[in-house]
Amino acid sequence: MNTATKRMLTGSKALSEAIAQEMERDPRVFVMGEDVAGYGGIFGATEGLLNKFGPERVRDTPISETAFIGTAIGAAAEGLRPIAELMFVDFHGVCMDQIYNHMAKIHYMSGGNVKLPMVLMTAVGGGYDDAAQHSQTLYASFGHLPGMKVVAPSTPYDLKGMMTSAIREDNPVVFMFHKALQGLAWMDQIDESIGIVPEESYTVPLDKAKVVREGTDVTIVGVQMMTHAATRAADRLQAEGISAEVIDLRSIAPLDKDTILESVRKTHRLIVVDEDYLSYGMTAEVAAVVAEEALYELEAPIKRLAIPNVPIPYSSVLEKFVLPNADIIYDEVKRIISL
Amino acid sequence: MLSIEASQLKWMYETMVKIRYYEETMVQVYAEGKNPVFNIGAGPVPGEMHLAAGQEPAAVGICAHLTNDDTVTAPHRPHHHAIAKGVDLMKMTAEIFGKETGLGKGKGGHMHLFDPVAKFSCGGIVAAGVPHAVGAALAAKMQGKDYVAVAFIGEGAANAGAFHESLNLAAVWKLPVIVVIEDNAYGISVPKSASTAVPSNDVRGAAYGIPGAYVKDNDPLEMYRVSEEAVARARRGDGPSIIEIETYRYLGHFQGDPEVYRKKTEVPELHQRDPIVRLKNYMLAEGAATDSEISQMEEHAKAEVDAAYQFARDSAYPSPEAALDDVFEPVHTGVTAEVAATGQDS
Repeated sequence: MNTATKRMLTGSKALSEAIAQEMERDPRVFVMGEDVAGYGGIFGATEGLLNKFGPERVRDTPISETAFIGTAIGAAAEGLRPIAELMFVDFHGVCMDQIYNHMAKIHYMSGGNVKLPMVLMTAVGGGYDDAAQHSQTLYASFGHLPGMKVVAPSTPYDLKGMMTSAIREDNPVVFMFHKALQGLAWMDQIDESIGIVPEESYTVPLDKAKVVREGTDVTIVGVQMMTHAATRAADRLQAEGISAEVIDLRSIAPLDKDTILESVRKTHRLIVVDEDYLSYGMTAEVAAVVAEEALYELEAPIKRLAIPNVPIPYSSVLEKFVLPNADIIYDEVKRIISL
Repeated sequence: MLSIEASQLKWMYETMVKIRYYEETMVQVYAEGKNPVFNIGAGPVPGEMHLAAGQEPAAVGICAHLTNDDTVTAPHRPHHHAIAKGVDLMKMTAEIFGKETGLGKGKGGHMHLFDPVAKFSCGGIVAAGVPHAVGAALAAKMQGKDYVAVAFIGEGAANAGAFHESLNLAAVWKLPVIVVIEDNAYGISVPKSASTAVPSNDVRGAAYGIPGAYVKDNDPLEMYRVSEEAVARARRGDGPSIIEIETYRYLGHFQGDPEVYRKKTEVPELHQRDPIVRLKNYMLAEGAATDSEISQMEEHAKAEVDAAYQFARDSAYPSPEAALDDVFEPVHTGVTAEVAATGQDS
């Protein structure tokens, strides 16, 4: 078992392994979406599943997000445990009614009498010149709406463990995987898209943030790519004697307030970094939590770094300009440390 | 000889009477507290109220062929479907009154009734229940059951994307689902001729390679016959179909609707062809029921409705803080603490 934990997997392989193990464990679990069968998912999340489980349980759908997400809802209400893939989170616009008026509300409107054990899996994120309709994360758009758990794992280990938890969860889970963290051969290769993943099945909770790097001078909260950017910034700061604590939210909703507050009470400074829009976003939510519950712990104003309320531009120079990165985080830490 | 068994005719008749009396009672109850000034939020039954008096044939004609294992999804005007599907009438009425004994403990209301025992659900978004029925049909097929699913929608919903996407998907996967379109002539105020490019929606089945049928003149017997074939087709695995029925909406889109879009003579004319009266006359003429049996059924139906309203009135309101409950199911016991594996950080 210990040798298995040394095994390295990409994010996409970690995800597809979690789904495969749960499909073996529970015959009620099945997958549907666009290009999830023979293609294995545009971002590899369902690779190999068709061969293992066949077309009854790994279903290519028409380009009809309203129909197949609604179908997943109907099947979940009957006791199956569907995983529906919305190819890009940006496509939520054509099917949001099913997501937030039905998937998110039926349990509540039924007084808890109807359970919807389903996973809505979707690819998020930019940084690869795919422009405004294929590059968003939209963490906050989903996190804002009650009735869905919204998770966004940052490592292959968490991708597998949180997908396993999501499939076993009796509530609808919006499972956001970041394209750049899937470890796909046709994208920029980044170190964080590969990691140690145990072969055996395991779970990671859907409601717990994680301190990925301990520090004492400043807390940096991020998720997915911004967690990794924060960690890289923290490496540089370390060399200069500045100790940054980095929190990977992992879960957008519910928000793990305790982990954030505990950290801020230790470091007394907070930077929140987001690959989503600035206004009304995750950074605002985290900042508000700290302002409400730990304002007098702060020794400097909270700083938020996020996309400056513009659609994601196409041209690399433009896109790089609007996405927060390790250099910007580094600069901001230096600035607020000196306050 | 009767082409439909007397027991089925009697079930349809009693259920239609029950629906009609339920809706007529609701007209009165809904008005309580709303006179002389109409305030939508006032009275024992607040909020929007969409009633189905006149539309009974659509619901009973197909539900007569369903069992408790079959699934029904319905739209914002759902009482006739719910009653025909066998939803718990007391809990349903309590839900409409916003009481804690209601189907959703007062969190859903009249457009959002969920009875998993009767396998019934409805919702307030036009056409959105169609894919849910497709999902129920998919679940049946994947589990090797011969259950079917029926989605009721109005004729206005047949122009929504969810309807078309769902029918295509159901046809591609050959799922046991029937979409029943109740053509009550208006999408709120807009007549079908102004909203729909084809005279009747049954022809839209051709777009998905599936059969469509059109039932004229709100006829419960014809609805029964057409549904029998559609349900049998679905059960034997031959896939989905569409039924559109011309039906009558005696009341406004919602209670309080000024109905400026139709002539004052229209509804009285529709009443001249009332489907309940027609079914009663048919049963008497064919010897399917006697006068005293008819009276007994009517009394029985009304007593059940009266008891449901009384139960709703007598029930308590939920405690205000119950608003915070039921967002999520408690966390599944299968989710254990994070495995303390070495090297969990990449």
